[in-house]
Amino acid sequence: MRRAAAIVGIGQTEFAKKLGRPERTAALEAIRTALQDAGLEPGEVDGLVRFDMEATSEVDIARNLGLPNLRFFSSIAYGGGAGCATVAHAAMAIAAGQASVVVCWRARNRGSGGRPWAATGQGVPGDAQFTAPYGLVRPVDQIAMLARRHMHEYGTTSEQFGAVAVAARKHAVRNPRALMRDPMTLADHQASRMISEPLRKFDCCLETDGALAVVVTSAERARDLRQPPAVVLAASQGMGPEHTVMTDYHGPHFLKTPSTWAARDLFGASGVTPADVDCAQFYDAFTPLVLLSVEEYGFCKAGESGPFAAGGALEWPDGRLPFNTSGGGLSEAYVHGFNLILEGVRQIRGTSTSQVPDAEISLVTSGAGVPTSALLLCRS
Amino acid sequence: MTQTMIGERPLPQPDEDSAPYWRGCNEGELRMQRCKPCGRLRFPPRPMCPRCQSLESHWVPVSGRGTVYSWVRCHPPLLPAFQERAPLLVVLVELEEGEDLRIVGNWLGEGAEDVAIGQPVQVVFERVNEEISLPHWRGMG
Repeated sequence: MRRAAAIVGIGQTEFAKKLGRPERTAALEAIRTALQDAGLEPGEVDGLVRFDMEATSEVDIARNLGLPNLRFFSSIAYGGGAGCATVAHAAMAIAAGQASVVVCWRARNRGSGGRPWAATGQGVPGDAQFTAPYGLVRPVDQIAMLARRHMHEYGTTSEQFGAVAVAARKHAVRNPRALMRDPMTLADHQASRMISEPLRKFDCCLETDGALAVVVTSAERARDLRQPPAVVLAASQGMGPEHTVMTDYHGPHFLKTPSTWAARDLFGASGVTPADVDCAQFYDAFTPLVLLSVEEYGFCKAGESGPFAAGGALEWPDGRLPFNTSGGGLSEAYVHGFNLILEGVRQIRGTSTSQVPDAEISLVTSGAGVPTSALLLCRS
Repeated sequence: MTQTMIGERPLPQPDEDSAPYWRGCNEGELRMQRCKPCGRLRFPPRPMCPRCQSLESHWVPVSGRGTVYSWVRCHPPLLPAFQERAPLLVVLVELEEGEDLRIVGNWLGEGAEDVAIGQPVQVVFERVNEEISLPHWRGMG
C-alpha cells in the first residue's frame, strides 16, 4: 500500500484541562472540522476507524454526521498504541478498494475524567494480578522500570530524560494551541518532584481533554482536494515475543518495546531509511519512551539516545531530528498521541509553528510499551 | 510469614492458570509452571507452552533466590491502600533459574535505601488473608 492513500483533512477541538463537553460532542466537532479542512462532504465518508477505548461507537458517529452508508469500520486495541494504526487500517481499506473516504479520530476527556489507574479494584484479574498487588498500577511506574534498567545498562541520566522534556516545551512555547507555554529549563525539570523514581513530574505527559480527527482517501483523489496531501508512505503495527503491557517484565528483550518490530516493518515497507527522515513525532507519555524510540526507530544505537537528546538533536530548528514540534504529549496536549499525527501532517503541509524547512519525510509513532503502530508521511 | 491488614489494597484474582502459583505462595513455596514435554519454565502462567505448544504442564518449586533486575520507588499520588507506605519500593527480580523469569514484588525489611540492580534477594511471603500470600523480596547478606 506504499503511497496508496493520503491524509487530506485534519480537525480538532481546543485542548483543555476541562473541555466542558462530552467526548461524543468533541469527536463530532473534530470530525466535522477535518471534513471541512479536506473540502469533503459527510456523505462521501464510507469508512470509520477508532480506538477500541473510544467512548463513541461508529453507529453514533454515523447517525450524528448523517453518513448514508458505512462500508468499512474497525477498531484498534491497546490504548495509545492504536493511533497510527487507525490511519494504517484506513489506508489498507482504501488500497484494497473496501472504502474511499475514511475518518479516524480520538476524543478523550482525560484531563477532567479521572485517572484510569485510580479505579484499580480489589480483585485484580489477568496479567496485572502479578503487579498491581505491589502498588505497581500507574503507567509511570511501569515505564520507570524500563527507565531504571536503561540507566543501569547504558549510564543514561535524569538530565538526559530532562533534555527531552525541555525540547518539547521549547516547541510548545511557539504553538498557540499548546497548553504549556511557559519556558522550561533543565533546572526546572530537575527541581520537579519525584513521581516514580527515577521519573519526575516533568518526565510525565499532560492530562488533557480534547478530540482530533483525520480524513484519509486515495492518493489519486488527494491530488484534487483542498490541502496538500500527506501521503502514507508506509504504515506498520508491531509486537514482539513474550509481550506484557506496558513493560515486558518476563520477556527476553526487556529494553525492546513493540516499537522495535513496528520500526523494522515500517522502514522495510517504505524504501527509505532513518537518515531520510526530516522530523519525528514520537509517542511521549513519558520521556524515557522518547529515548527508547530514538533507538528503536534507528536514529542511534541502543544506549546512545541519552547523549543524542542531551546534545540537542531533538530540538527545532538546529537538531538533527526535530521531534514533537507542537510540544507533543509532554507540553501541547495528551490525547493518546493522536495530536502527534496531526502535527506530522502539518510538517508535510508546511504549516507547523516549528516548521522543518522543506520537510519531505515525517515520522509519527504511537504508544511505546504497548502493541503499537507507526506512520511515515511524505509529500505527493 | 508476616501478617497485615487487607484494607482496600488490590489483591490477585486467581484464575484457572494462576491458581497453582497462588496456592504455592499460600503454602510458603515459590513455584513455577513447567512444560511437561519440553521442560521449559514459564511465567506468567498460561495454558500453552510458547516453545512446543503443549498444553501439558506441571508446577515445580524454585529456589526463591534471584537478583534485582530493576526497581522503582513510587511517590504519591498512590492508591489509598499504599499511601501510608509511600514511598513504595517495588523491585523486579530475576530468578536464579534463568529463562527470563522475572517477578515483581515489594522490598521488605532492611536496606530499602540502598537497593541496587544486581543485588541478591530471597523471597519472603506476606500473608494477606486465608487464600492469598504475596511473595516479596528481602536482601541476602
